[in-house]
Amino acid sequence: MSWLTDLFRERQKNSATTAKERLKLVVVHDRNRAKGGPSFLPELQNDILKVIRRYVQVPDSAVQIDVSRDENTEALEVTISLPETQPATKAGANR
Amino acid sequence: MAKIIVVTSGKGGVGKTTTSASFACGLAKKGRKTVVIDFDVGLRNLDLIMGCERRVVYDFVNVVHGEANLKQALIKDKRIDNLYVLAASQTRDKDALTEEGVKKVLDDLSADFDFIVCDSPAGIEKGAFLAMNFADEALVVTNPEVSSVRDSDRVLGLLQSKTLGAKNGTPPKEHLVITRYNPERVQLGEMLSVDDVQDILSIPLLGVIPESKSVLNSSNSGTPVVLEDQSDAGLAYSDLIDRFLGEDRPMRFIANERKGFLSRLFGD
Repeated sequence: MSWLTDLFRERQKNSATTAKERLKLVVVHDRNRAKGGPSFLPELQNDILKVIRRYVQVPDSAVQIDVSRDENTEALEVTISLPETQPATKAGANR
Repeated sequence: MAKIIVVTSGKGGVGKTTTSASFACGLAKKGRKTVVIDFDVGLRNLDLIMGCERRVVYDFVNVVHGEANLKQALIKDKRIDNLYVLAASQTRDKDALTEEGVKKVLDDLSADFDFIVCDSPAGIEKGAFLAMNFADEALVVTNPEVSSVRDSDRVLGLLQSKTLGAKNGTPPKEHLVITRYNPERVQLGEMLSVDDVQDILSIPLLGVIPESKSVLNSSNSGTPVVLEDQSDAGLAYSDLIDRFLGEDRPMRFIANERKGFLSRLFGD
């Protein structure tokens, strides 16, 4: 009864299509990264880290910088993840 | 002046060494004087796939360091005229190769050979960089699978930006080689198709090698699979080499021929 299972399979979203969609996205992202964006990015990342650390202790990985490009715009995306407990800021707020 | 071809991929285990061995064998069979060099210092395997592991006395690193000359280190293939192997060192680490040292060896070989095939290690570290740095052309070996395609794209970026050719305005000419292709799974929608992979990587397709038992069988015995003329994979490599040399060969083994519509309806 292989025709039955075959018929069934057509209905499911096929995994090769999913693979291709995921790959397209990730490859575009990788290519932009490889281009590196402006060369000051590592310094910028360091400076932002320093400023954050005046208020709260975070690991190096807390600041992520990405550059995304559209046809005519370029966007700098900075993600700062704070630790769950923030003793430094709480202390500051109580003062 | 020899043409230098790097066989590279980024990801490991996709078939770089299998492809290097068969590609070099095929070129030599066509009468081109060819040497294939293992750049995977510390993890050499080309010698096993070529079936000359017991004849390695001096290696690539010995030559780079002046401990042996090329004549001593080149292993002449016993099956095919015009074919030589330069093994990697098994005992040194990857820092044993230097850019100047590699350049000197390639320059010396260049005077004597038609083709120099560089079998790159996996990754994008120094060894992989040295293998691609001086290349005129590149075979980018890719499995129809997400991580392999992504890594190939990364390697294409490096070929276009970091190689000596790229810096001089003539980056290596790129060729896509898809290996371990399974037309049945492609038809079932379980595997990326040739078109899908090409669509993402956008480089010219040189060949598609079907998934085949004969690849493992031939590596077991140290016979490059291109020498197996009963094998789909072997024939696909032969076609690939003919195409590389400018002959017109249609792609084979990319359609699912085993099951037609009727046989699918009425069972196996």
